[in-house]
Amino acid sequence: MNRKKVISKSGYALIYIIVILLGLCCLLPLWYIVAISFSKASAVEGNMVSFIPIGFNTVAYEEILTDKQYWRSFGISIMRVVLAILFNTVLTVSMAYPLTKNKQQFKGRDIYMNILIFAMLFNGGMIPTFLAIKKYHLLNTIWALVLPGAVPIFNVILLMNFFLGIPKSLEEAAVLDGANPMQVLLRVYLPCSVPVLATVSLFSIVGSWNDFYSGLIYITRIQNYPLMTYIQSLTINMEEIVKHGTADDIMRAAKVSEQNLNAAKIVVSVVPLMLIYPFLQKYFITGIVIGSVKE
Amino acid sequence: MIKNKQKNKNIASEVFYHSMMLPGMVFVLLFNIIPMFGIIMAFEDYKPGKGFLGSKFVGLKHYKYLFQIPDGFNIFRNTLVIAVGKILLGTLMAIIFSILLNEIRHAWLKKSVQTIVYLPHFLSWVILATAIKNLFRLDGFVNAILGTGINFLGSNSFFQPLLIGSDVWKEFGYNSVVYLAALTAIDPGLHEAAKIDGANWWERVFHVTLPGMRSVIILMFAMNLGGILNAGFDQVYNLYTTPVYETGDIIDTYVYRAGITAMQYSFATAIGLMKSVIAFVLMMIANGLAKRYTDSKIF
Repeated sequence: MNRKKVISKSGYALIYIIVILLGLCCLLPLWYIVAISFSKASAVEGNMVSFIPIGFNTVAYEEILTDKQYWRSFGISIMRVVLAILFNTVLTVSMAYPLTKNKQQFKGRDIYMNILIFAMLFNGGMIPTFLAIKKYHLLNTIWALVLPGAVPIFNVILLMNFFLGIPKSLEEAAVLDGANPMQVLLRVYLPCSVPVLATVSLFSIVGSWNDFYSGLIYITRIQNYPLMTYIQSLTINMEEIVKHGTADDIMRAAKVSEQNLNAAKIVVSVVPLMLIYPFLQKYFITGIVIGSVKE
Repeated sequence: MIKNKQKNKNIASEVFYHSMMLPGMVFVLLFNIIPMFGIIMAFEDYKPGKGFLGSKFVGLKHYKYLFQIPDGFNIFRNTLVIAVGKILLGTLMAIIFSILLNEIRHAWLKKSVQTIVYLPHFLSWVILATAIKNLFRLDGFVNAILGTGINFLGSNSFFQPLLIGSDVWKEFGYNSVVYLAALTAIDPGLHEAAKIDGANWWERVFHVTLPGMRSVIILMFAMNLGGILNAGFDQVYNLYTTPVYETGDIIDTYVYRAGITAMQYSFATAIGLMKSVIAFVLMMIANGLAKRYTDSKIF
């Protein structure tokens, strides 16, 4: 159309330049880590690397291959992601469906709903939750990473709202054909909800893969750390370790200076996310839209 | 007879509904509700050996102490400054970016830029902090480019801007998605009409685009209001060091150090409780605002 009249060519060029610069601005810091991971250790120490690897090599990556703790933590993270999806999906679906019923069809529906909303908005805080998990003897187990987030209440409400948007006539038709509630859920509601379920599952993958907080609080033995907590522990403040740490800690911290090795560990830890990133991109826009603008 | 059958069927359905709620409710009970009873610790000198019932009740002692020490004021101020800074700048940046991106006519470019700017949102602060620490350290890339010797990570005048800036950097792309959706929903006829009336690009932004995004902007602000006491534990924990506690320490990091590191369970719980209560009230207000000024509610 007649855009040129309203916005000059140089104005357009400026917009393009700003947008491209913002894009680069998001990419370069990440690329920097990649560049370090492929550089010579001495070049990294000497602070010579910027955005192009210096003395290109894959030594750091070869070293990771033999790092048992890295792969143990990697495995724990994979495991917790699988468990999280399993628990989150099953519990979200099974709770969202009864909540779509009204008070007449399901007495107690409002009580459940109020408890859930309250539990979503209010919490006991870090220490009471920590002590409860300690009491349940879950510290240092993978369950401490999975179970506290087993019911993503926000997603339950999200899915409930989505279910409510599915035409009632579909359910009524199924009931007339003699379907029981379980069949209605499996044959009517679930097939309609695949995109929403995909969205929330992808978010729960990203969330539990990236979470280092639970590992920091509920796991005290390094051999039980999930990957992000393990990577985080590599970069702890050297000072504090020298002051308070054991000889073992100091030895471990001395390795922190192996920046290119740590960079490689980070790059490998992002690979699983990159594998699902195309799917994420496909779904998360729907996810945000249903998540933020609900009726 | 038929009525009875119907009644039995209804009861069967209800039993089924309860049984579907049960497993999830057990988890909510164990990990959300039961820990709430631990709040009583905030008013005790809790000793793990004595339990909740055996520990000495001390009333508001921990709160009195909190407001006597400088840390008490500091952590609330830092939390608010950092969170408000992130919300204001983050929203502004996301809106500007969505408007600019919407002007890009080359689909491939638009798509590639989107792919890249959404990326940082999906990465953990553990990872991003490593990049930021490297780029912003004394002999790092940013100082080299600027020709300065600023200790961004260790200076109390630069640490808050660094936190706010890096959070805006991480989230602006992702946050722009909602605004982009709102932009594309604006009737193109309005833009055409404005053009015919002789409005230039800026005038259209201020008189057509922004008013068209109004309800989404309000909704996003309302949602952010609820989280205003969440200044970002993950980010701060991964970036801060002792010299910047004065400006960088937030409620969550303080509670972590007081509770998990120093094992002052009661004191840490007291601060956490205060945060939870304020956050709860704010979220109720936010939901009310969203209901009133937009067509949607948050929960």
